Formats: sequence, structure tokens, C-alpha cells
Amino acid sequence: MSASRLLRWTIPLAAVPLLALLAYGFRTDPRDIPSPLVGKPASAFSLTAFDGQPVSLDALKGRVVVVNFWSSWCYPACYEEAPSLERAWKAYRDRGVMVVGVNFQDQEEPARRFLTQFGHTFPNAPDPSGRVSVDYGVYGVPETYFIDRKGRVRFKQVGPVTDQLLEQQIETLLAEAA
Amino acid sequence: MRRLLPLFGLLVLAVGSAAAAAQVTEDTVHDVAAQLRCVVCQSLSVADSPSETAHQMKAIIRERLAGGESPEQVKAYFVEKYGPWILLSPPRRGFDLLVWVVPFAGLGAGLVLVLVLVRRWSRRPAVPDAAPLSADMRARIQREMAERES
Repeated sequence: MSASRLLRWTIPLAAVPLLALLAYGFRTDPRDIPSPLVGKPASAFSLTAFDGQPVSLDALKGRVVVVNFWSSWCYPACYEEAPSLERAWKAYRDRGVMVVGVNFQDQEEPARRFLTQFGHTFPNAPDPSGRVSVDYGVYGVPETYFIDRKGRVRFKQVGPVTDQLLEQQIETLLAEAA
Repeated sequence: MRRLLPLFGLLVLAVGSAAAAAQVTEDTVHDVAAQLRCVVCQSLSVADSPSETAHQMKAIIRERLAGGESPEQVKAYFVEKYGPWILLSPPRRGFDLLVWVVPFAGLGAGLVLVLVLVRRWSRRPAVPDAAPLSADMRARIQREMAERES
């Protein structure tokens, strides 16, 4: 094989792995990072809610818990999902489901205004040191974690939750034995 | 004095642990922070980001180091929570190993290719064999050489 023929084949051949890599890279969403926490025990936390009540995961053992991370500056996503969270809390509280809101990187005044605006009745607590957020691997708001009765994280939603998603996830976890 | 000894021991212990906590220098915190991705930023390390989240992550790094964890253990904590995505340099194993190996492999393959081609090219224009001398020409050369020498 002469040098020119070798060249004629090596250049297109060299492009093949490059194209394959690009095809793979452009198809994946760099923001879609799978949480390593799904299937693992949820980190315990103890926070003080805006109303002064203690909120701790240990106190919720044996219950299905929905932990939602939000901010008042997270517009529109947090504002879109807020009514759904309140609806889910009202619909499922009698069946032992707990909804907990964790206020992420926010200031107290606008956070309280947010809670008043949506009339949230489930506990919401600020995370001033950011420790709970890091323990849950939060990298933006809104993010919502579904914790089963055994205290394991079973699903992580990045972005706003909907009525449908809340119902589907909560029903799945409620259907499981304690 | 004998009764004071345990107290003295406690004091030594307290000073010792305070010294261990004090050994967590900003250099060490910065070193760990520089290897971790600021989670709310685009391609910025925790050390480089001025964001509130990065400040809090630095506080967590400092606290864990002061609690006696090694820099590796602190990094492992963040990896446990965020996955290897949190590390600015991908780990050198599994699929991520490709990122480390492919550029060097490509460079090696390119060098080999260039060497092969250069050798081929330098060999090709080899001097074509000179046409055999005709008997006439040989006789003429010998004659002229003899003339020059005489």
C-alpha cells in the first residue's frame, strides 16, 4: 500500500471515533446528573421551621416523606410547583405522608413572603449552613426527594414537580409495606 | 499534685486536639476546594467561586478536616452525595479513564503514523539505477583519462 493510499484511509478512519464521541456527547444533557443517593438511606437532618417548630427526619421514621428544596428567587419553577406540593400534602397527610420544604440559599423575608403567598401548611425550614442541601446532593432548586418508609431515597426529581408526578411517586411508596 | 495529674492529662489532650484542629490551614481547605466543582456554577471550582453555596461548601470542608478527616475522605463525602461529577478531574478508572488515556494514545498513534509516512517518503525517491555504460562510452572514458594523465 502506498503512502497516499494509507493517508486516504487513515484520515476518515481517524474521524470515526471522534464523530462517535461527539454524537454521544451531544445526545446527553450535561445538567442531567444521576443522583448517587437513589436507593441509599436518606441523610438525617434536624432543622427549625419558619414557625419555630423542629423538623427532623428521625421523627418521621416509618412514613413516606417528600423533601422539597426551594427558594423564593427560583422563578418560575418553584412558583409553578408550589401549589402542587400543598395539594399533595392536603391529599396525603391523612395517609401518613409528610411533606417537608427546605429553603435553599435564601433570605428570611422573601422566603416568608413566598410561604404566605402560597399558603403552605406543611413544615418549611431554612438551611442556613447549607449542610442539609449538600447532604442531599442539591445543586439547584427546585429538587424533590421521595423517601420511603424504610428511610431510603427512592426518587429524585430535578426541576418542578407536578400533581401527576407527586401522586405517582407517593402512591408507589405508600403501596409498599413498612 | 497526684490529684492534679489527671487534670493535667486532660489539659494536654485538650491542647493536643486544639492543635490538630488548628492544623487545618486555609491552604489545605483551598487545596480540597480547588478539586471540587461548585455545584451552582458552570465549570468553576469551589475555591474559585464567590457564590454563597461555595462559601458554605468551603465551611463544610473546613469543618470535616478539623474533625480529623483526611482530604481524601472529605472528597469521598462529596462524591458520595453528588457522584464523581463533583470532582473537577475525572477519576482515573472505569469509563472516565478514557479521558486520561485517549489524548496520549492519539498522540502516540499520530507520532507512529508520521514516522511511518516520513520513512516511506524518504525512501521512495531513491536514485534510479544509472544506465549501464555502453562499450563505446567506456572506451572513450578510458581514452580521455589516459590523455589527461599523460
